[in-house]
Amino acid sequence: MNMVNLTINGKPVSVPANSTILDAARELNIKIPTLCHCKLGCGVTNQPASCRVCVVEVERRRNLAPACATPVMEGMVVHTNTQRALNARRTVLELMLSDHPQDCLTCPKNQECSLQKLAAEFGIREIEYKGEVNHFDVDTSSEAIMRDLSKCIMCRRCETVCNKVQTVGTLTGFGRGFSAKVGTPNLMPLADTSCTFCGQCVNACPVGAITGISYVKKVWAAINDPSKTVIVQTAPAVRVAVGQEFGFEPGVPVTGKLVSGLRALGFDKVFDTNFSADLTIMEEGHEIVERVKSGKNLPILTSCCPGWINFIEHNFPDLLHIPSSCKSPQQMFGAIAKSYYAEKIGVKPEDLIVVSVMPCQAKKYEAARPEFSRDGVRDVDYVVTTRELCRMFREAGVNLANMDDSEYDSPLGDSTGAADIFGVTGGVLEAACRSVYYMLNGKNLEGDAINFRAVRGLDGIKEATVRITPDKSINVAVCSGLGNARKVLEMVRKEPGRFQAIEIMACPGGCINGGGQPFLHGETDLLEKRMKGLYCEDERKTKRCSHDNPDIQKLYQEYLGEPGSEKAHHLLHTVYHQK
Amino acid sequence: MCCKKLSEAAAAKFAELDAFIDGLGIDRDDPRRRGRLIQVLHRAQAIFGYLPREVQLHVAGKLFLPEAAVSGVVSFYNYFTTEPKGKYCIDVCLGTACYVKGSEKVLSEIERVLGIKADTKPTDDGLFSINALRCVGACGLAPVMIVNGKVYGKVTPAKAVEIVNEYKKLG
Repeated sequence: MNMVNLTINGKPVSVPANSTILDAARELNIKIPTLCHCKLGCGVTNQPASCRVCVVEVERRRNLAPACATPVMEGMVVHTNTQRALNARRTVLELMLSDHPQDCLTCPKNQECSLQKLAAEFGIREIEYKGEVNHFDVDTSSEAIMRDLSKCIMCRRCETVCNKVQTVGTLTGFGRGFSAKVGTPNLMPLADTSCTFCGQCVNACPVGAITGISYVKKVWAAINDPSKTVIVQTAPAVRVAVGQEFGFEPGVPVTGKLVSGLRALGFDKVFDTNFSADLTIMEEGHEIVERVKSGKNLPILTSCCPGWINFIEHNFPDLLHIPSSCKSPQQMFGAIAKSYYAEKIGVKPEDLIVVSVMPCQAKKYEAARPEFSRDGVRDVDYVVTTRELCRMFREAGVNLANMDDSEYDSPLGDSTGAADIFGVTGGVLEAACRSVYYMLNGKNLEGDAINFRAVRGLDGIKEATVRITPDKSINVAVCSGLGNARKVLEMVRKEPGRFQAIEIMACPGGCINGGGQPFLHGETDLLEKRMKGLYCEDERKTKRCSHDNPDIQKLYQEYLGEPGSEKAHHLLHTVYHQK
Repeated sequence: MCCKKLSEAAAAKFAELDAFIDGLGIDRDDPRRRGRLIQVLHRAQAIFGYLPREVQLHVAGKLFLPEAAVSGVVSFYNYFTTEPKGKYCIDVCLGTACYVKGSEKVLSEIERVLGIKADTKPTDDGLFSINALRCVGACGLAPVMIVNGKVYGKVTPAKAVEIVNEYKKLG
């Protein structure tokens, strides 16, 4: 590789020829502030050089240069902290703040906002520039995502993630000049657009312009209502992300402390979405076996991810017959809680409140879908994200670091290792393969064969051939990120026989990178740690195949009959609609 | 998404636009399709007079682009409009040469006579709308106004009113 030598703040450094000044400075541990520049996943970096917060002085160059977008050159001499550069950055910040609401104390991004952080670092005490201020109405049209364009600083991260990473194409630079903002087509309400509510824009936004719709107040009200029994379920990916907010090493699973924390908040029972992930595998595994045997409606696509389901409903109406008809684990949990469990404890479904803790914004939309209500009672009442749960913990003075480990409640709390890995790309398919093997051969995979390493890892698209009986293999694909999903679905259109089963997750890397997870702030390396945390959880468990979960076996014996039975279909399966 | 039954006139317009787009020979994988967008929108506005959402969606579908990409371009260029225009579209040049020669007075006189502002809605009878343009490249004729493509040079406020009245008579 061609290397280029340059000097930054008097220190020599040698970097690959295609690097930017920012890359070279990071190599030297020299910090240059950034705002619009951000790694967004799937190899896409937002780099419009529009904010100018990263300007530096380059010798023999007349103008200040944006470090994020200026390529290095041999012999370049860069100064990052000259008076001129610092003054320019301060001016840029003050100009941004002059058209930004000064409501930090009540902003949903308070203390998580990159602009606020920069203003603090620069010690800005007064904004010299007074003038016109943009005002836009707040868009709360959807169940999942809220947009307050008055706070938009035109960094365009959301637009890039929506168009380049996810290829959803809902957000665009709209208008021109002073009033230009990133908006929806013709500034329509988000609910009327082709938005999938994946929430990647929520994660990308450095300020409070795009945030999740919060149901935290309603959850508190339910917990404090004596006439309600309030139960909570936690998604697999939450346990490896929540610790980071309480000083644990990122990616370390804190499952037992999470359970204790939720009890401390006052939930009557703490259950696990892992339980219904095992249930999903029973139903979906059965479906895979049936479809592979009959050769019809292949490839089967996983259906756990509501962002991805929105995507196919909007963009590939001709393929709506191939996703698995299984509801997602969240909705299976809700359906079982409000039937089997409600009957068991003798509580009316309307007096049982099901709260989900999810790494996801789209789950809020999913829970509100009309097909997931019966007689006006929703299967899942409220969804809070991992981030929102952390806020609830802080509000209640619950510090996970001081919590003892405890176990989930019975009977919807026990799970196998197969369920833990639902939270990472490739996990659902691996879990399904473990049980499909059992269903076809009457015995479990032995030794290391239980680990389907070919479908693991954070690559956007993975292809593999997996053995499901001693003499039969199927071709599978795993993809994460909706841009990759689009590529794989185009392959399916062109070559329908190429794969027999495909797992798709909307967020790059799967739920560990969901739109409701603690912010990465561009540090995509954290995903690797969260992934490892989930595989650790899997290996820690003695039972690693969904069909070995004793509570799942009991549920079928007592209530559902067999996987794919009429009752199971009624409660655990759904249909998809063109949008 | 667009499930309203089209009137025959509208259907003919969409057919004309489709004929134009199909003539460009763009398929789903054509990297130039984004580059063709402005050209297609230009023709679409010539056919429909403006670019309402149905037309934008139609163009997006034909070029295999997301609706947002089309909407963003439409919102950026002053030339494109999402509001219907009057039967007679009056363009007044505010380029440097015309401006120096007094085109701003021409514009405000037309605005006063018609009771509408430039770059907003057309007159109530739907006859006139006014656009304020930058240089149209006819500086020798400054100040310049254009009505539905016909160029009038060396206009004064009084002359502009005469021209407007001519079109009013035509109805």
